[in-house]
Amino acid sequence: MNTNTAISGTSGDRSQATLELKNVNRGFGDDWSREEIITDFSLTVHPNELTVIVGPSGCGKSTLVNLVAGFDKPDSGEILLDDKPITGPGHDRMVVFQETALMPWQTTRANVVFGPKLRGDRSNADIEAEADQLLDKVGLSDFKDKYPIQLSGGMQRRAELARAMINHPLVMIMDEPFRGLDAMSRELMQEFFVRLFEENRRTNLFVTSEIEEAIFLADRVVVLSNRPTSVRQIIDIKLPRPRDFHMLSSTEAYEYKREAMELLHEEALKSFKRKGDQSELVEAFDKRSE
Amino acid sequence: MSEAAQDTGTAHGSHSSGETTAPKKRSKLSKALTSDTFWRGIVSLIGFVVFWEVCSQMKNWTGVEVPWIGKVPPPTEVVAAWSEIFWYKGYWESWYLSTARVFAGFLMAMIVGIPFGLCLAVNKYFYDIFFPPFEILRPIPPLAWVPASIVFWPTTEMSIAFVTFLGAFFTIVINVLGGARTIDIRYLRVAQSMGATQWDLFWKIILPGTLPSIFTGAAVGMGITWEVVLAGEMLSGGGQQGGGGLGFFIWSSYMGGTVAQVIVGMISIGIAGYLSSTFIRYLGSISMPWRKLF
Repeated sequence: MNTNTAISGTSGDRSQATLELKNVNRGFGDDWSREEIITDFSLTVHPNELTVIVGPSGCGKSTLVNLVAGFDKPDSGEILLDDKPITGPGHDRMVVFQETALMPWQTTRANVVFGPKLRGDRSNADIEAEADQLLDKVGLSDFKDKYPIQLSGGMQRRAELARAMINHPLVMIMDEPFRGLDAMSRELMQEFFVRLFEENRRTNLFVTSEIEEAIFLADRVVVLSNRPTSVRQIIDIKLPRPRDFHMLSSTEAYEYKREAMELLHEEALKSFKRKGDQSELVEAFDKRSE
Repeated sequence: MSEAAQDTGTAHGSHSSGETTAPKKRSKLSKALTSDTFWRGIVSLIGFVVFWEVCSQMKNWTGVEVPWIGKVPPPTEVVAAWSEIFWYKGYWESWYLSTARVFAGFLMAMIVGIPFGLCLAVNKYFYDIFFPPFEILRPIPPLAWVPASIVFWPTTEMSIAFVTFLGAFFTIVINVLGGARTIDIRYLRVAQSMGATQWDLFWKIILPGTLPSIFTGAAVGMGITWEVVLAGEMLSGGGQQGGGGLGFFIWSSYMGGTVAQVIVGMISIGIAGYLSSTFIRYLGSISMPWRKLF
């Protein structure tokens, strides 16, 4: 019941970070097979806000995540975190991936302490104490010594959240984190996640393809255009916080939903006429041989 | 909040729910002895031996010979031959020699093959340079190397060891390479974000991620090693500087002993191979505790 009592380690570092994308372009392939994925993409993710990006599937959301995380570099344009350009991956930006990306060979606890132990920038006792607090917070105290395969889908996502938070990132990047969960767990995770966010309001960039999820969580919903992707429209969500699911049935929420649906429908129709998103797959395979 | 912590009805829920009920204390042995799998195995083995006995004895009993299998000495005769050979020091020396060769060749293949496979997987230049010759040499059956290696190496023992090594080496390398390449790129990205160095990525992600493939390669490689060492021993004979072993035991039984002895040799190899792969599986299960849960 009292799992949402603030914990000393994480509530202190309330992130004030601003993430800015300025005229970002990224495409793949050369010459004749060249395809622009993202063109002239500009967006400011305000500090302490939960900015949700929604777009039709295959529109390049993952490419965007890779750029912000620093796994990939834009062809042109700038990505700034607190006015400093992003040059590569770093623990100031933590990504929570689609499905689960917990290391299967490590216990839940080992997964959580992985980052700080790797860097060795804090004392072991400090890391262990915070891991315990975080695991308690995400309700996994009894599952510390279990391997990821022994956890349910929802537990895996919560372990991932703990693993990201222990690194005290300035920005959390969520790449469709609840995809693949059944409807019930998904709803529970959304509720859990929104509480977590409201508690410390860490700047958050959340990517999803579900409109309801977007409206329920967001301060601002960014609707993307079809490929080549850019910002189609930004919808400010003025639902009060703390959020709860009843708000989704309000007239206000309905209006947001209708607006977003219409925009997405238009874009989805365009994307329907195009080929699939194989290039992302190809790119992923290309990357691993480097 | 509290409902979220309960987290009901999800894919792997059944794994965790079993943890709350206190598990009955049962040893692994008693579990194995009472399992259906164990008893089916026993019944199948007994059935096989009885079938073999009946077929082999058919001529003595009815005068009608069962084709092929009728020419094979019956299990009773094999057991008799075995109980005689069992007390000979030479028989156990054969076991020792073959096992030593298998493990020497196998260990060398692991020591050289695992780093080689990992290097192929992580370094593009290394791959470009070493993969083409590797791929040309790989299809050559280990036994085709026997004459050449007898020429290359000063002693017979060394040529047997070399051929044994080759048998496991190629399989291990291919498995390690394949395994390392199929590691989920997200694991590497997570580690990268958290500040992992190349060294960390290698030891903390690539190596544990490849472990399952390493053990698959090892299990297959072990089987090939037994095949190869036996053939090598048959070819090399039991000279002063090498030879002997179970392969030579079979060959000399064939030349100067009885067919029952040949079968004793064959079954010995079966048992040795089984023990070796059980050993590999055991090593695999203790070094990859998370795999047992799949």
